[in-house]
Amino acid sequence: MSAISIILVVIVAFFAGMEGILDEFEFHQPLVACTLIGLVTGQLIPCVILGGQLQMIALGWANIGAAVAPDAALAAVASAIILVLGGQGAKGVGTSVAMAIPLAVAGLFLTMIARTLAVPIVHLMDAAAAEGDTRKIDFWQVVAICMQGLRIAIPAAAMMFIPATTVKNVMEAMPSWLTDGMTIGGGMVVAVGYAMVINMMASREVWPFFAIGFVVATVTDLTLIAIGALGLALAFIYQNLSKKAANGGGNGGNGGNGGNGGDPLDDILNDY
Amino acid sequence: MAEKKIQLTKKDRLSVAWRSTFIQGSWNYERMQNGGWCYALIPALKKLYPKKEDRAAALKRHMEFFNTHPYLASPVIGVTLALEEDRANGAPVDDVAIQGVKVGMMGPLAGVGDPVFWYTVRPILGALGASLAISGNIVGPILFFVLWNIIRWAFMWYTQEFGYRAGSKITDDLSGGLLHDVTSLASMMGMFVLAALVERWVSIKFTPVVSQVKLSKGAYIDWDKISMTHSGLQKAFTQYQNGLALSPTKVTTLQNNLDSLIPGLAGLLLTFLCMWLLKKKVSPIVIILGLFVVGIVGHVIGLL
Repeated sequence: MSAISIILVVIVAFFAGMEGILDEFEFHQPLVACTLIGLVTGQLIPCVILGGQLQMIALGWANIGAAVAPDAALAAVASAIILVLGGQGAKGVGTSVAMAIPLAVAGLFLTMIARTLAVPIVHLMDAAAAEGDTRKIDFWQVVAICMQGLRIAIPAAAMMFIPATTVKNVMEAMPSWLTDGMTIGGGMVVAVGYAMVINMMASREVWPFFAIGFVVATVTDLTLIAIGALGLALAFIYQNLSKKAANGGGNGGNGGNGGNGGDPLDDILNDY
Repeated sequence: MAEKKIQLTKKDRLSVAWRSTFIQGSWNYERMQNGGWCYALIPALKKLYPKKEDRAAALKRHMEFFNTHPYLASPVIGVTLALEEDRANGAPVDDVAIQGVKVGMMGPLAGVGDPVFWYTVRPILGALGASLAISGNIVGPILFFVLWNIIRWAFMWYTQEFGYRAGSKITDDLSGGLLHDVTSLASMMGMFVLAALVERWVSIKFTPVVSQVKLSKGAYIDWDKISMTHSGLQKAFTQYQNGLALSPTKVTTLQNNLDSLIPGLAGLLLTFLCMWLLKKKVSPIVIILGLFVVGIVGHVIGLL
């Protein structure tokens, strides 16, 4: 890799690390991070493919409450570097995806360290606040953000000192049953992310939407945009109808029946 | 109160909104988003409190514990700006009131941000981009990045302005069903699209052969009778279009049998298994590593 590429990769890694905590611009999402690394190393297309596959796995990874999700930033950056160094092009994607998983776990520990180190920084900000010194608060906020950037930039820089031939040899030495098996595993791992999200959202009310969505998806002519539009339309219809039903039910009750509104559809019809 | 009122201009509010992008930068285990919160408010506090001791007091009261969804912090910031503005102009708004609004809003708002942004918008845009990217299409990542940031920035700016204009009244507005509507819409649409993603992208292929049936003559293309000429190829393709098989034996794998029930059934069952394991408090990382092992072992013994 040329010196310029190395510097640019470290910069991309820095941004990914920052975003890993900020969660605003989404530079840390594999789709974006892998693409940027591909762009600066001249191996755009294989890295875009890697980003797409990793993104599918990482769709449901989000830090909510006590649930700690694997770290997408380190996984995306490091596995893209491995892919580039390995020099196998799109063929190496399956192996890189599998490599990304242990890296995502390693990234988790780095995140925990960084979040602990932020405690003394905040105490310095307290001191600055007591003095009314806004400049100092700004300064420490920037320091804290940079620390998060270094969390990914340092491992990324270290990885690029591994000679490309070593990575290449390791990748090529892997027997095909192992790489094929890992690719198959990668296809199944996607389910974990979806399961995490479904567990968070599922309620008795929304399961029918899940069933319809699953069946509709078997119509292979429909693109994801079409499915999204269909889902949104159904959700609106459901919400409007249930509101009307609630209003109608209320009126019915006022009408002197004294019941719980009875059949909501009946009440809507009566209102007309 | 004889002095003229200090007011925050649109430029001040834009500057606060931009800084709130970095609200999680100093996220820490002690008081979470407090540092970033204070950092975001600085342009406003500087303008509202020109006297040093007032400013120090304002900065200190915004270093208190704060944590919500990073984008849903925007409406809270808006309300806080309105309150601080009133206070700087002499209205009797005390520390307790400001702290109360912050704490009162952050909990319910975090409950909206997670399902809407992390579980609906990001999976949908991510899957849209990823499905293009997997075939090597550069439009995928660009589409994801651009759409996400437009939605995010529009949301943050609009809700901050909304909070600023509504002031402390916002708590009534929000509890009046709007929040509930947005959350329930997101969860319905989210579940719909998630199911589609499970069907399309969770891939398991069982390779064991269930049956091999010799097809009768005329049900497959008899390649010996096809000559490698233009007309010969044309004939072969015509036969293929008419539904003739490519080889004289029909191989049915376990996967074909499952797909004839409904395509994607195996992936659906796998997803349910993962949900169950997660509910049993099995760590997602353990499940992920386990699935890789299953993939490798299954491939070696010829099951997958």
